[in-house]
Amino acid sequence: MSTPAPSAFLELRDLRIHFPTEDGLVKSVDGLSFKLERGKTLGIVGESGSGKSVTSLGILGLHKGGRAKISGEIWLDGEELVGASQDHVRTLRGKKMAMIFQDPLSSMHPFYTVGQQIIEAYRIHHDVSKAVARKHAIDMLGRVGIPQPDKRVDSYPHEFSGGMRQRAMIAMALSCDPELLIADEPTTALDVTVQAQILDLMLDLQREFNSALIVITHDLGVVAELSDDILVMYGGKCIEYGTAEDIFYRPEHPYTWGLLGSMPRLDREPTDRLMPIKGTPPSLINVPSGCAFNPRCPYAGRTAGKATTEVPQLLETEGGHLVRCHLPREERRGIWENEIKPMLEGQ
Amino acid sequence: MLGFVARRLALLVPILLGLSVLLFLWVRALPGGPAEALLGERATPEAVARVKKLYGLDRPWYEQYLTWVGNVFRGDLGVSSRTQHPVVEELLRTFPATVELALVAMVFAVGAGVPLGYLAARRHGTWIDHVSVAGSLFGITIPVFFLGYMLKFVFAEKLGLLPTDGRQDPLLDAGHPTGFYVLDGLVTGNMEAFGDALAHLVLPGVALGTIPLAIVVRITRASVLDVLHEDYVRTAEAKGLAPATIRGRHVLRNALLPVVTVVGLQVGLLLGGAVLTETVFAFPGFGKFMADSIVARDYAVLQGFILFTAVIFVLVNLLVDVAYGLIDPRVRVT
Ligand SMILES: Nc1ncnc2c1ncn2[C@@H]1O[C@H](COP(=O)(O)OP(=O)(O)OP(=O)(O)O)[C@@H](O)[C@H]1O
Ligand code: SF4
Ligand SMILES: [Mg+2]
Repeated sequence: MSTPAPSAFLELRDLRIHFPTEDGLVKSVDGLSFKLERGKTLGIVGESGSGKSVTSLGILGLHKGGRAKISGEIWLDGEELVGASQDHVRTLRGKKMAMIFQDPLSSMHPFYTVGQQIIEAYRIHHDVSKAVARKHAIDMLGRVGIPQPDKRVDSYPHEFSGGMRQRAMIAMALSCDPELLIADEPTTALDVTVQAQILDLMLDLQREFNSALIVITHDLGVVAELSDDILVMYGGKCIEYGTAEDIFYRPEHPYTWGLLGSMPRLDREPTDRLMPIKGTPPSLINVPSGCAFNPRCPYAGRTAGKATTEVPQLLETEGGHLVRCHLPREERRGIWENEIKPMLEGQ
Repeated sequence: MLGFVARRLALLVPILLGLSVLLFLWVRALPGGPAEALLGERATPEAVARVKKLYGLDRPWYEQYLTWVGNVFRGDLGVSSRTQHPVVEELLRTFPATVELALVAMVFAVGAGVPLGYLAARRHGTWIDHVSVAGSLFGITIPVFFLGYMLKFVFAEKLGLLPTDGRQDPLLDAGHPTGFYVLDGLVTGNMEAFGDALAHLVLPGVALGTIPLAIVVRITRASVLDVLHEDYVRTAEAKGLAPATIRGRHVLRNALLPVVTVVGLQVGLLLGGAVLTETVFAFPGFGKFMADSIVARDYAVLQGFILFTAVIFVLVNLLVDVAYGLIDPRVRVT
């Protein structure tokens, strides 16, 4: 490798995942870098199509060979994974890193009981008898809060409710004590009360196992309490990165303001969003020139034409808080303090 | 499960009753009748009337029908006007032949079709895929009798590798206690007869199995392609399962579901007899016998055989549904 192994538990360096298609090259992830330590939680937020799932599948090495062009570096506990052999990355999956998928119904095999699927996951990495693995499966189901786990272990996924299914999915992902856990929209398919329970559960389990956790969502509300750090993605790139406090109390990117403004809140009707982001997510084939957000950005006119001609760099504004925008720092802060914040608080 | 099977079997009763009435009327609506067919064109009206009386055809149809139904319940399907043998006897003679033929055809179709379809899906978009898609199209369009004659010409007549026709070499001293000749060879310990019966099944089996083979290839390919993109396959990969395990345990089992349906349907069709194949290979089976019976207006045989085919069809479909439940817990019936 060109660069020495980093000290961070997980570090992505300039990760690019591109898909050649008939219509052109889809740049789903385009130069993504971040670090994550054990015991910490990173929230990745962005609209549909911003490249969140492609990123997480990329970390687990799940992109089918040949279809995706992957470059950059993924360092996990001192090992680089992009250049590693498929077989080696496979031995890490499940044990070193695991994933919770968005839709637990379609993500669990319909023909096998929940127990069989957890047992299978456990026995890949542990040379134990079926009986021992079954005890472990019952144990895990109990730990994620499934009542009567010794009975439910023999149920099929379709016999579970949505929330219970997601718990079972979590039990399966955690069955080998993974050190890195990626949850891709873990609660999107669930109703609000169950969402909160599942998020609490994940937080508890993360503390217990001291694992590094990545929570992917399009809903800032989900990561608000959960995350130490938050990465906002737009068009395959990071456009703002900082601590949860940075993102919620000192956000500096117009897109993040938009996300905050369109956050559903319990005290408001879901349809009555304060400041929805106009327009649609950018094409990943013909990315808008300059700043990818410029066609939708209310402040694009204030950057002396640079918004459409020059790609803004991801620059540090203060103490690890990174922003990708041409607006001068003082102007951004001024807009936030004087225009956006009062509007959000006014509600 | 048992209740489900019982309910389905009970459903057979109204189906068969309705079918039997239609059947009864249909054979009688065919132009001509058994008497005319037996006696030829120049038969005198008196002779025709005599034969009709002999078979009870002079009575009103509903009377004939009730007599027939009553006999059917006692296991008597009547006597063939063409061969003068009891229909049950003809059934027991020809049906085992067709069962053997259909089984060989299906073993060929599934045994070759599932691996080929699977391979095509795994190598999606490569020449292997294109060849199997084109090949299966060819298999569906090629006329069965043409294929049969070609096979017979090349492998039996030119190369002399396999017998040209029939079920068994007449010069062999083979006993037939069950009517299933392959089985008979085993039962009587006559391995020569066993091998000979099997050899007689190869060419007609391949000819008959080619269309089902092509269908099975296409269905397997399509369903494997579907399943490969399922979320649960990605989950299996995320667990760190080895690719071979994923293919066997997570892909193939699901992909076989549509195949089971198609195979069931095809078995039903094949058991109804394969007139063309049986004709080309002079194979004394169910289909050929029925075709000859239509020509002879052999009412008793037509009624008995078609009714029997209906029963078989329902049973095979029931078997498919039970198999479905065994494979997929979501449709498990109670
Ligand atoms: N195999 C692929 N081939 C081509 N394009 C792909 C492929 N996989 C993903 N993409 C494209 O990459 C983009 C990012 O997809 P991704 O699934 O990461 O979005 P996401 O941020 O997870 O969105 P969502 O919130 O809807 O899950 C999408 O435009 C998608 O169409
Ligand atoms: S660079 Fe310009 S267009 Fe892009 S976010 Fe900043 S102000 Fe908006
Ligand atoms: Mg996604």
